[in-house]
Amino acid sequence: MAKEKPERKEEFRTTVGGTIVKGVYTAADLDQSKRDTSLPGEYPFTRHIMPTGYRSRLWTMRQYAGFATVEETNRRYKYLYEQGTTGFSVAFHLPTQEGYDSDHPLSCGEVGKCGVAIDSLQDMEELWDGIPLAEVSTSMTINATAPILLAMYIAAAEKQGADRSKLRGTVQNDILKEYIARNTYIFGPAPSMRLVTDVCSYCAQNMPQWNSISISGYHIREAGSTAIQEAAFTIANGIAYVQAMLDKGMEVDSFAPRFSFFFAAYTNILEEVAKFRALRRIWAKIMKERFGAQDPRSLLLRYHVQTDGFTLTEQQPLNNIVRVAVQALAATLGGCQSLHTNSFDEALALPTEQAVQVALRTQQIIAYEAGIADTVDPLGGSYYVEHLTDIIEEEALKYIKKIDEMGGALEAIKQGYIQREIAGAAYNYQRAADSGEQVIVGVNKFTTGEEVAPRLLEVDETVEKRQVERLKRLKQERDNKKVNEIVDRVRQVARADENIMPVLVEAVKVYATVGEISDALRDVFGEYREPSIL
Amino acid sequence: MSNNTSKKIRVMIAKPGLDGHDRGAKVVARGLKDAGMEVIYLGLRLTPEQIAEAAVQEDVDAVGLSCLSNAHMTLFPKVAELIREKTNKDILIFGGGIIPKKDVPKLKEAGIARIFGPATPISEISKFLETSLPGGKK
Repeated sequence: MAKEKPERKEEFRTTVGGTIVKGVYTAADLDQSKRDTSLPGEYPFTRHIMPTGYRSRLWTMRQYAGFATVEETNRRYKYLYEQGTTGFSVAFHLPTQEGYDSDHPLSCGEVGKCGVAIDSLQDMEELWDGIPLAEVSTSMTINATAPILLAMYIAAAEKQGADRSKLRGTVQNDILKEYIARNTYIFGPAPSMRLVTDVCSYCAQNMPQWNSISISGYHIREAGSTAIQEAAFTIANGIAYVQAMLDKGMEVDSFAPRFSFFFAAYTNILEEVAKFRALRRIWAKIMKERFGAQDPRSLLLRYHVQTDGFTLTEQQPLNNIVRVAVQALAATLGGCQSLHTNSFDEALALPTEQAVQVALRTQQIIAYEAGIADTVDPLGGSYYVEHLTDIIEEEALKYIKKIDEMGGALEAIKQGYIQREIAGAAYNYQRAADSGEQVIVGVNKFTTGEEVAPRLLEVDETVEKRQVERLKRLKQERDNKKVNEIVDRVRQVARADENIMPVLVEAVKVYATVGEISDALRDVFGEYREPSIL
Repeated sequence: MSNNTSKKIRVMIAKPGLDGHDRGAKVVARGLKDAGMEVIYLGLRLTPEQIAEAAVQEDVDAVGLSCLSNAHMTLFPKVAELIREKTNKDILIFGGGIIPKKDVPKLKEAGIARIFGPATPISEISKFLETSLPGGKK
């Protein structure tokens, strides 16, 4: 036998706070009594949700984009489509996400900065100028104001002559993770859950090809959680949403097939692949055993992935191209349905055209040159990956059980449990990075001196001025009497037990703004302030 | 006559504007606390007015601002201006988030003493506060 050499570290872990990694894994590491030998497309779908995976259909190359006004963003969308993306993904600026118009005092300095400014249907119509909504798939990252923006998308599509029942896409509509990690909530948990479930039931009844929710772990991971926590907390939120829909009187198979998910892809490829495999298995079992779903589509964990933004460095930004490539490999080896790859300059600003092209090419090279899309779940059968899949499932289920015992995700959030776990994991990571125990190439090891920053995308202050002017003109040109009447009706519906969506579609069609509609909802629901948990 | 008890540095950490990304702000707050400072974490979705008022009320020595939504050029100088209006105390202002290097000189002019970019070790921030503030450890 060859002589053993001393190892580089005392202990190897997948990530900071992650699972311990042994020197070598063998068949002995797999629990034969629980052996999951399902094929792709077979319950519990560990290997893939579909039998032929990417051999039939590659993942959707869906680049999240949006900045400045609708003109600039429309141009970027067309560029992306020409370069080969197969789905759209809308990034809204913060005022739209948080229910403020561009002329609100709190919007000062924020207009068009980290997403496109959408104040009214007029903006939404122009966003899609020259892009036939009947033919494309669009994901909208919008949560507290998801009902409003979905209403605008429907109205814009109908103006183009599309049939709302044929629209394809997704709204994120996941308010629980806002309280946990992302922080763009407006109202408190109870009214927010009502709005979420209103969107889901409206879509279930009117838009069969629309994913009414994208239950997200990405932001939980970005906020600092471990891979296991990302999986566990997302599933816990998913359970809460399914339960909320059942409490609303909906049959599980009427909405579950259009529930979707969104996860991060970190740089430890094998942990991420195991995480995705474990997630598919966990969700399928929960939907079948806990919720009694009969429709096989209700059991499928269909998900979008974004490569993990937190890992991108300001220092030596070209290194990020490599990070994103590794993370994109993790996502696709893991079997995601849709993927966004970050651009190398995103630790500094929103991406330039050049940077986003490289990000897209990363996906295309993986799809067409790397061979991993030509067989399903190529890492299945690896002793390490199978073992890690089992571990992640086991550990995630422990968290889920604990949250169940607390009374569910909503209760766990109210008690600050999930937030505390994440903050603790984030702090551990910081300490590991500061001490050098976690090497970050170019940052705490292999550093170079002061560098020249690459040319960055700039969103200048005239954007705000232009958008505010536009809004002013709109308010002068529209029928304000109609707007006031309908905004009144929004309040009435909000107070009642009716689905909010129909009145919102009417409201956006007379050009009531995001801010006006949100304020009407604020009048009824109030605003929420979450206590800070460090 | 020298005073041997060194007063703890009082720092406020706050997020002005609409940006909800608070991982960095929280980690810095906790790290400075572990480094022996008194930290008031004011939270997020705050106006510059709210932050300035709180900073003066709490009689802090320093204010750390965080913004990842590219609104820093509007928000950070506004906080600095309002603090100067409200008090003669020389409150040290520093910041972090997603802030292009080219914006740093203008922020300095507006009264933001230092900007700490992504991946700054906490010890760098605590050292900066200790050496910049009167009464802090040298």
